[in-house]
Amino acid sequence: MTVPAPFYLALSAVLFTLGTVGVVARRSALIVFMSVELMLNAVNLTLVTFARLRGGVDGQVVVFFVLVVAAAEVVIGLAIIVNIFRTRETVDVDDVDLLRG
Amino acid sequence: MFTITAVLGVAGGVGVIASRQPVHSALALLLVLLTLAVDYLLLDAQFIAVLQVIIYAGAIVVLFVFIIMLLRTAGEAPRPRAAPSLGFAAVLGTVMASALVAAVTMARGPVAPVDAAFGTVQQVGRALFHAYALPFEAASIVLVVGMIGAVALGKRAHVVADATRDGAEPGPASPRVVEAVGESRR
Repeated sequence: MTVPAPFYLALSAVLFTLGTVGVVARRSALIVFMSVELMLNAVNLTLVTFARLRGGVDGQVVVFFVLVVAAAEVVIGLAIIVNIFRTRETVDVDDVDLLRG
Repeated sequence: MFTITAVLGVAGGVGVIASRQPVHSALALLLVLLTLAVDYLLLDAQFIAVLQVIIYAGAIVVLFVFIIMLLRTAGEAPRPRAAPSLGFAAVLGTVMASALVAAVTMARGPVAPVDAAFGTVQQVGRALFHAYALPFEAASIVLVVGMIGAVALGKRAHVVADATRDGAEPGPASPRVVEAVGESRR
């Protein structure tokens, strides 16, 4: 590992923050969803980095499970977004406020 | 090599959250995913790097692009007035980035030596099928549930409603059901 681990972790932290900002600031449900993917990937990078630091393969196995869950989550989430678009003709998360008190 | 991937990755991340068109966001996301795959290779995680390209860059981004094409939404409408969430997001981002970077850069320690077999399909697969056999089976159940859920959600609601309502009187009385079912099977 030619580059020290804190550099990878810092990159992961920056990507995670970008994802959070995207979730908070954007209103298109599709882009919010992509920001969530960004955060998942940032966490994956952290797991792989620590797996390499410790010299164990367990972290990579956890990344595998995160990939599986992310795949299922994308399928379900996009199906929900398509359904929302069919019924309301919009994917703007500010317009879908039926549960607002 | 790491510097290139880091710069490209952060640029792609900014592109994801700053693009006006969802398609541009999807392409920026693809850039981030590919640079992360290179990072995994640098970290001796070959199997994860391949999975990243196949599953994320291959399947998930393609799914995103399909849905974007399907929905044909216009870009976001301009905000009515200065939105409070933008300022909040800027403050949150600054605080969070500095806190996280400060926290993770403290992570020091000796780097464990690894042999050439580290992170290969063989080693990860052995861990998956021995120590993690039960979670592996659970993951397959998660995937099946995801598939069933997508089919159930993708089915048009009025098809189900019409089918149950018109079920007693089949024939030419309900051509819309037949048409709709054919449509949903496309």
